[in-house]
Amino acid sequence: MPMSPDSRKTRRLAGIFLLGWVLLNYPILSLFNLPASWDGVPLLYAYVFAAWSLIVGLLAVVSRPGRTNHDTDG
Amino acid sequence: MLRTELILLIAFGYVGLLFAIAYFADRRAAQGRSLISNATIYALSLAVYCTAWTFYGSVGRAAGSGLGFLPTYLGPTLTFALGLWMIRKIIRISKVHRITSIADFIASRYGKSTAIGSMVTIIAVLGIIPYISLQLKAVSMSYLIINQYPLIVMPRYFPDIPVIHDTAFYVTLLMAVFAILFGTRHLDATERHEGLVAAVAFESLVKLVAFLAAGMFITFGIYRGFGDLFTKAQDLPELRQVFTLGARAGDYLGWALHVILSMTAVIFLPRQFQVAVVENVNEDHLKQAVWLFPLYLLAINLFVLPIAFSGVMQFASGVDADTFVLTLPMAEKQEVLSLLVFIGGISAATGMVIMETVALSTMICNDLVMPVLLRLPFGTIAQRKDLSTIVLALRRGAIILVLLMAYVYFHFIGEAYSLVSIGLTSFAAVAQFAPAIVGGIFWKRATRAGAMSGLSAGFLVWAYALVLPSMEHAGLLNQPMVSDGPLGLALFKPYELFGLTGLDPIAHAVFWSLLANSFFYVGVSLFSSQSALEHTQAALFVDVFTYPGEGADPSFWRGTALVTHLRSLLERILGPERTAEALSTYAGRHEVRLGPLATADPALVIYAEKLLAGAIGSASARVMIASAVKEEPLGLDEVMGILDETRQVIAYSRELEKATAELKSANERLKELDRIKNEFISTVTHELRTPLTAVRSISEILHANPQLPKDQHRHMTGIIIKESERLTRLINQVLDFQRLETGKMAWQMQPVNLQEICREALTAVQPLIDDKHVELSLDLPQEVLLVRGDRDRLVQAVLNLLSNAVKFCDSVCGRIGLRLAVHPNHLQVEVNDNGAGIQPEDLKIIFEEFRQARNMSQGRPSGSGLGLAITRRIVEHHGGRIWAESEAGRGSTFAFTIPVLYPSAES
Repeated sequence: MPMSPDSRKTRRLAGIFLLGWVLLNYPILSLFNLPASWDGVPLLYAYVFAAWSLIVGLLAVVSRPGRTNHDTDG
Repeated sequence: MLRTELILLIAFGYVGLLFAIAYFADRRAAQGRSLISNATIYALSLAVYCTAWTFYGSVGRAAGSGLGFLPTYLGPTLTFALGLWMIRKIIRISKVHRITSIADFIASRYGKSTAIGSMVTIIAVLGIIPYISLQLKAVSMSYLIINQYPLIVMPRYFPDIPVIHDTAFYVTLLMAVFAILFGTRHLDATERHEGLVAAVAFESLVKLVAFLAAGMFITFGIYRGFGDLFTKAQDLPELRQVFTLGARAGDYLGWALHVILSMTAVIFLPRQFQVAVVENVNEDHLKQAVWLFPLYLLAINLFVLPIAFSGVMQFASGVDADTFVLTLPMAEKQEVLSLLVFIGGISAATGMVIMETVALSTMICNDLVMPVLLRLPFGTIAQRKDLSTIVLALRRGAIILVLLMAYVYFHFIGEAYSLVSIGLTSFAAVAQFAPAIVGGIFWKRATRAGAMSGLSAGFLVWAYALVLPSMEHAGLLNQPMVSDGPLGLALFKPYELFGLTGLDPIAHAVFWSLLANSFFYVGVSLFSSQSALEHTQAALFVDVFTYPGEGADPSFWRGTALVTHLRSLLERILGPERTAEALSTYAGRHEVRLGPLATADPALVIYAEKLLAGAIGSASARVMIASAVKEEPLGLDEVMGILDETRQVIAYSRELEKATAELKSANERLKELDRIKNEFISTVTHELRTPLTAVRSISEILHANPQLPKDQHRHMTGIIIKESERLTRLINQVLDFQRLETGKMAWQMQPVNLQEICREALTAVQPLIDDKHVELSLDLPQEVLLVRGDRDRLVQAVLNLLSNAVKFCDSVCGRIGLRLAVHPNHLQVEVNDNGAGIQPEDLKIIFEEFRQARNMSQGRPSGSGLGLAITRRIVEHHGGRIWAESEAGRGSTFAFTIPVLYPSAES
């Protein structure tokens, strides 16, 4: 399949997409769908925002310019 | 008490500031110093995704359903993780084909079809008008509420208010002015609006700051942080129950469907396509947007739940949850914060409305109206001299029309719905574009028939499952459809099609509409075929990274047109100045002259079509171009042939480039070798001729004078013998070298003593030394380690060096030396002389075949020029190294090394 440039970066980002989909959907989501709380904050809310932050953080790290500039990939 | 005048002053002041920013950015763009060519501004402009729905509606939704508002923002995060893969491809395709809207994109992919472009436009307009109207609703609602400060009074039902007294009406007019001023100032071939983008990016910043300020005040000002707020919320049963999602399968499926819905909306909403694709200045900006835009979404959603719960706890019933962001600061008597929130809400709404109406107006004009106008019979629009004013007027008319339709919807129908459900209905409409676009950029076989069937099916299901119930809701139907189904058919109840229950209405509609859409898209594509043009476009879209940008497609077009015809066509749309500019750019780039009677080549026709496509859309451009040129249509087989050829030619040309480079360097080397060989031949023949001449002339003397005295006779025959020996030696050298070169030399490798070899070589050269009265110094150790080698060849190597030394040492008092040095792992043979020395630049090349050092003191050197080359090959065959050192005027040293046979045995 013809891939765009920066294909190594693109594949890593696609991996984050899959991770995000799994973390933020059934059934993983249901594990935290409990009437419990963490430091007062309902567990489900804390989990969803933590998982979301993790995904955004990973996106930032992987797409950071310059990091994979020297990677050659065919 | 906030006075009405103050509120209006601030609101208008803010809009004035936006005008200033837009004006400034447009001026910078005209000067060529783009303000928005910046990855951060690109990411901020994408946040036009967050509308009044986000700003006010999320809180309303969260108050009722907890996390239910969130999938709308999780989806875009996931989409942008695929940004470099998918969005970049869409951007590249749009740049190559000068695509200016989502309708244009789909139309262009499926054979520049007018029909499909109009269809997409109609779906988009019908789907999005309610969405625009909810922005109008939000702005006028927020104004009416803040105008009552510090009282908190929900505004009255709108249809009662005469239009002339309705705030929303004036909001609508103001937005129309803004959109027209900065969205349709001139007709551009790229359809980019830097001023608008700058203003929208600024608004994104304002709404984020306002929302965060309100959130922090409520969470940390009214309560003592998140924990405190949620702990208190837990005491209310209606809030405790939204702390978790429902646990039925339908709830999770609904969640996933909402995520999918927002994944499509974030790029396929017309305004999102506009900012993400059309207004994109540089593809690389995506790399930052990939995380910055999701981070923005995360930030703006952080305080939604706290605000929602706080509102439920603070207010008794009677305050609409959609207004909590504004009413909570008002209840706490925070004048400045309330005003900031009000401005933030205006930002969220205006940004969306302006971008959306500009995008929709482009679609309405290019894909709906122009194709019809251009097809009208003779003497009408298509023949007009200057079409650009008509196009601009159409755009402006479309903006006003869209906004008025949105106002009417808001004024008479929209009141009954919450902000979020209106927005989600629009999302579900544009989600219908997803199969045609995603399939279109990855699947070449998708056909126009498939795309049209899919779109129609999806749209019909959407209308049935979402619009019909809302009409009933608004009292426009006199039959209870939702509860009983049409004509009492329960199987077709709009919210429970075919008996599917357990999903909320939106998820239910998304499921059925996308299912029908994809089913028909794939199914019909599999059973229909493509026209030649469709096939071409499909390949150009799917393989956009394989085909080079502009120059590749002329081969798909054959036809004739006069340059004058094309020029007048362009002038009618772009105006004479920009046409002249564009054509001279083309002429400059392709180095052609575009005389009035010249025939346009296919490349020029394609270029003109793309220029037109930028201004009026690809389908309309196709119609216009077709009117001016005589086209010879290509058959499908031909197109396929060309496509394959193009791909192969590209692959070949890359290999060819590599091969050419290799050939070039090989050729250089060959030329050099050729030159050297010629020199060699002249040297060798010269060297052969000298002894031959001597032999011949002396033989002639002997032949002519048989009576020569005996001693003279003897002397002369002696010369003949010596000269023929010299000849033999020369010929042997040439033969040796040839054998070495071709690898035919038979090596007799055995343990040998290098000291003996040196002595043997010395013995051979001794007569020459004596003859020239050269002084010899020897340094040969008695005991040396054995080396492995061919005795005769090693003798030859040392002999070559020694005879060279004798040849080149000082002619008056010559001195040469032979030294054998012992090193742990190798032995080193050194031969030196006190001759004129060798130029530094010659040191490297003297070991190459046919080379001889120049500028030797005695002029042209004698010998074949092969001696050192042979020596080098012998040494290298023994695993050694050879080099020369020299200082001008102080003689030179030649040395070589041979590895010892058993290095560790004795050391």
